Amino acid sequence: MVEKQDVTLLQAVRAALADAMESDDQVVLLGQDVGRLGGVFRATEGLSDHFPGRVFDTPLAEGSIVGASIGLAIGGLVPIAEIQFLGFLHQAFHQVTQQLARYRFRTRGRFHLPVTIRAPYGGGLRMPEFHPDSLESQLANTPGLKVFTPAFPDDAYSLLRAAIRDPDPVLVLEPQRLYRSVRGPLRADAPEQDPQRARLRREGEDLLLVGWGPTLHTCLAAADDLEEHHGVRAAVLDLRCLSPLDYEGLVGAAAARRRVVVVHEGVRTAGLGAEIVATLQESLAGTISLPILRVTAPDTPYPPGRLEDAFLPRSENVVEAGLRLVTGP
Amino acid sequence: MTDQATSWAAEWATGDGRPLQFLMADGRLVRPGLPRPPDELVLEALRLMLLSRALDEKCTRLHRQGRLGLYAPVHGQEAAVVGSHLAIDPAVDWLVPASREQPAMLRHGWPLDRLLASLLGRIDAARIPAGVRMLPRQQSIASQLPHAAGIAWASSLRGLGGVTLAYCGDGATSEGDFHEACNLAGVMGVPLVLVIVNNQYAISTPVSRQTRAARLADRARGYGFPGVAVDGDDLFAMYEVTRQAVERARAGDGPTMIEAVTYRVGFHNTSDNPSLYRDPAEVTEARQRDPVARLVAYATSAHLIEHDRIDDQEAELRAEVDSALDRALSYPPPGPEDVFRHIFAE
Repeated sequence: MVEKQDVTLLQAVRAALADAMESDDQVVLLGQDVGRLGGVFRATEGLSDHFPGRVFDTPLAEGSIVGASIGLAIGGLVPIAEIQFLGFLHQAFHQVTQQLARYRFRTRGRFHLPVTIRAPYGGGLRMPEFHPDSLESQLANTPGLKVFTPAFPDDAYSLLRAAIRDPDPVLVLEPQRLYRSVRGPLRADAPEQDPQRARLRREGEDLLLVGWGPTLHTCLAAADDLEEHHGVRAAVLDLRCLSPLDYEGLVGAAAARRRVVVVHEGVRTAGLGAEIVATLQESLAGTISLPILRVTAPDTPYPPGRLEDAFLPRSENVVEAGLRLVTGP
Repeated sequence: MTDQATSWAAEWATGDGRPLQFLMADGRLVRPGLPRPPDELVLEALRLMLLSRALDEKCTRLHRQGRLGLYAPVHGQEAAVVGSHLAIDPAVDWLVPASREQPAMLRHGWPLDRLLASLLGRIDAARIPAGVRMLPRQQSIASQLPHAAGIAWASSLRGLGGVTLAYCGDGATSEGDFHEACNLAGVMGVPLVLVIVNNQYAISTPVSRQTRAARLADRARGYGFPGVAVDGDDLFAMYEVTRQAVERARAGDGPTMIEAVTYRVGFHNTSDNPSLYRDPAEVTEARQRDPVARLVAYATSAHLIEHDRIDDQEAELRAEVDSALDRALSYPPPGPEDVFRHIFAE
């Protein structure tokens, strides 16, 4: 592994792909523009030269990128498919939900699918329609899939390596506005983190902010603000694995602080926040402080780029929600 | 072998649109010298087709008695399925079925009692055995085709030499997955043989509502590989065209599309009532082209087998289905705990 003190999240993704291909020659990459171009974000840059015959530009058809990945896995390879933007996964949704997620179950374990699907998602880059959509709750609603999302370079590396090693399908959702804006160390001796466990990214005893991927940084900014301007110490839990949820980690972190705010870029209704709130009140009745609040995108289609600031959860909204819990209505 | 038989890619694929036929409805060859499967394959095919018919009869009866769920018979389409499957080698090649290709699944190595167990809800007993290179039936129309393209692609990347034989129906050709799979298979030049069993109906919808194209096989040209329309009730033409397609695939020359033009004599499945949407005269006419009767006529007139022996064989095959059914019923049905198994690696 390339050891570096300061890499971007995008460089960490590329390092994970390169290291996985180095360590297992059955690993292949496929997707739109992943070959010579290196992907629209350059996540696969240089890999087609370094691993000839193992990186494939496919026709522009998401359904067969996922569908063929299923066949490649059955045929003995370990495919990593890139969906150019998560918002276009709908063109492959039947292959993801009916096929990829169910093959082990349907065949009673005769076939399992070590398929990884990577897809950039999330707002903040003034993208055209569909490009910034956060569809994670639609995937979390599908049993048989694992859904990982990193917020830092170390997780971008380790979650992706774990996804590729996993004998079952994993979607790795990569927050695109963090690709080049978040930096951090990548260390070979980093302790092994269970990819399916949430991770506390900031300590604090007054309040718990729960986020993932892009909103983890919204939560961290809000926590800084709460401490600096209001003397409120908020902990920040990085969910990392959106499905299956780390109930134990979530409930433990919430029980210790009692007040909870969940923050996501997906729309409000039937969003993952609703599931988290429901879980917490079921598991912590009598302990948890009510209400448990959600700061989410509204129930509207993702708006054009000029309007996205009015759509995305901002750290001010999170601060407001946190203060409401601490000081009462 | 005639010139026609050796240059099919050039000639048959650009023919007049009439399905290729070697064996006429009365069991005689269209003309002497046409390629025929070896005698032992003809007899194997006959046995499989008769077994398939015994299975259809038994399962339909069990459904009527309320002892078995929905069943989709392959009655009338046996030559399309058996003729194509005889051209692949289950030891190295993959089978990607659509739904009703029972005789192909059996020849590929899924034991008869296991197939019956699947219809009786014995899900663990029905598991496809390790080493049998076959996907399960697919309920989501055409969704298996990108998988087939992927398996064929993996075979070629890994240099394994295996060919993937995939099936779909006429209705499946309208699905996006059909297009995406054919397109990808063509671009990557994978060793895939796709048999479209055109039985004229997708439940009640006639093929004229699936396409304006004269022949489904014509679509292959748009994907850059050959497509051939074959009389799907003619075992000999089905076998020979598939054999050559498999040869092409093994040689690294890419995919082939085969349209098996046949007719669904029976119902879509046991919940269907075809009298609501099709003319009985059409069915009567289709019965004249019956693939089993055609092969029996050939085999008896060529003295490969005598009529009496066929009657005996039918009785033996019915007994074989009965004893497989007994075994299938002896496997334990699943329990509530099985809902939670096989979601992820355990």
